[in-house]
Amino acid sequence: MSDPATETRSVVIEREMPFPPEKIWRALTQPHLIEEWLMKNDFKPQVDHRFRLSADWGGVDCRVMAVEPNKTLAYTWEAMGLESVVTWTLTPASTGTHLRMEQVGFRPDQERAYQGAQFGWQRFLGNLDEVLARLD
Amino acid sequence: MPNAHDALFRSLADPTRRALFERLCREGEQTVGDLTSQSGVSQPAVSKHLGVLRRAGLVRDRHEGRQTHYSAQLGALTPLIDWTSQMNGFWQTRFDHLEDLLKRMDQ
Repeated sequence: MSDPATETRSVVIEREMPFPPEKIWRALTQPHLIEEWLMKNDFKPQVDHRFRLSADWGGVDCRVMAVEPNKTLAYTWEAMGLESVVTWTLTPASTGTHLRMEQVGFRPDQERAYQGAQFGWQRFLGNLDEVLARLD
Repeated sequence: MPNAHDALFRSLADPTRRALFERLCREGEQTVGDLTSQSGVSQPAVSKHLGVLRRAGLVRDRHEGRQTHYSAQLGALTPLIDWTSQMNGFWQTRFDHLEDLLKRMDQ
């Protein structure tokens, strides 16, 4: 059996963007721009800066882990019991930029959370409304 | 959203059913009578809601004498536990928004 403590899962989204890395970097790191595509926030591109992404349904607690202008941005992402790290990687491409987002989560925390210990059924079920709105 | 999730979501979309399910999660096994006494709806209505929850796999019934006991089946929520599929959808949408924003932004 594998060691559950090291078991992780991840989500990877990659897309070719017809824009230079510098422009995408601005959208990823300037609070008023982040708000337009992600959520309200108090982000600063400084390692160890703690910030919160907030939305109607709640929020995400984050801490900046890595900042390499126009190349890499990483921050922790903790929400609804999920402890994860989001890493953005920008690679220049002939048509613009190859943008990659990887979110890696730690399974034991996630499972414990969903069992209700830290999470609470109310909060969990409250999020269903949002899911339902997308069903039809 | 895969169709397999629909029954689960729909069964929990009703506030009365959700309250019944939450109560079973919180307090453990209950009879229809127990559940009716605090639900604010009639026993036939409670039984009907429990039937929907049972068909969605969210509760299990156990017969003992003339009483039927219901308990929550947390395993039925497993499809919702897979955060990767939820986050995948979330980020795809955010990428769309990001691309729209980039189109609007000045160089």
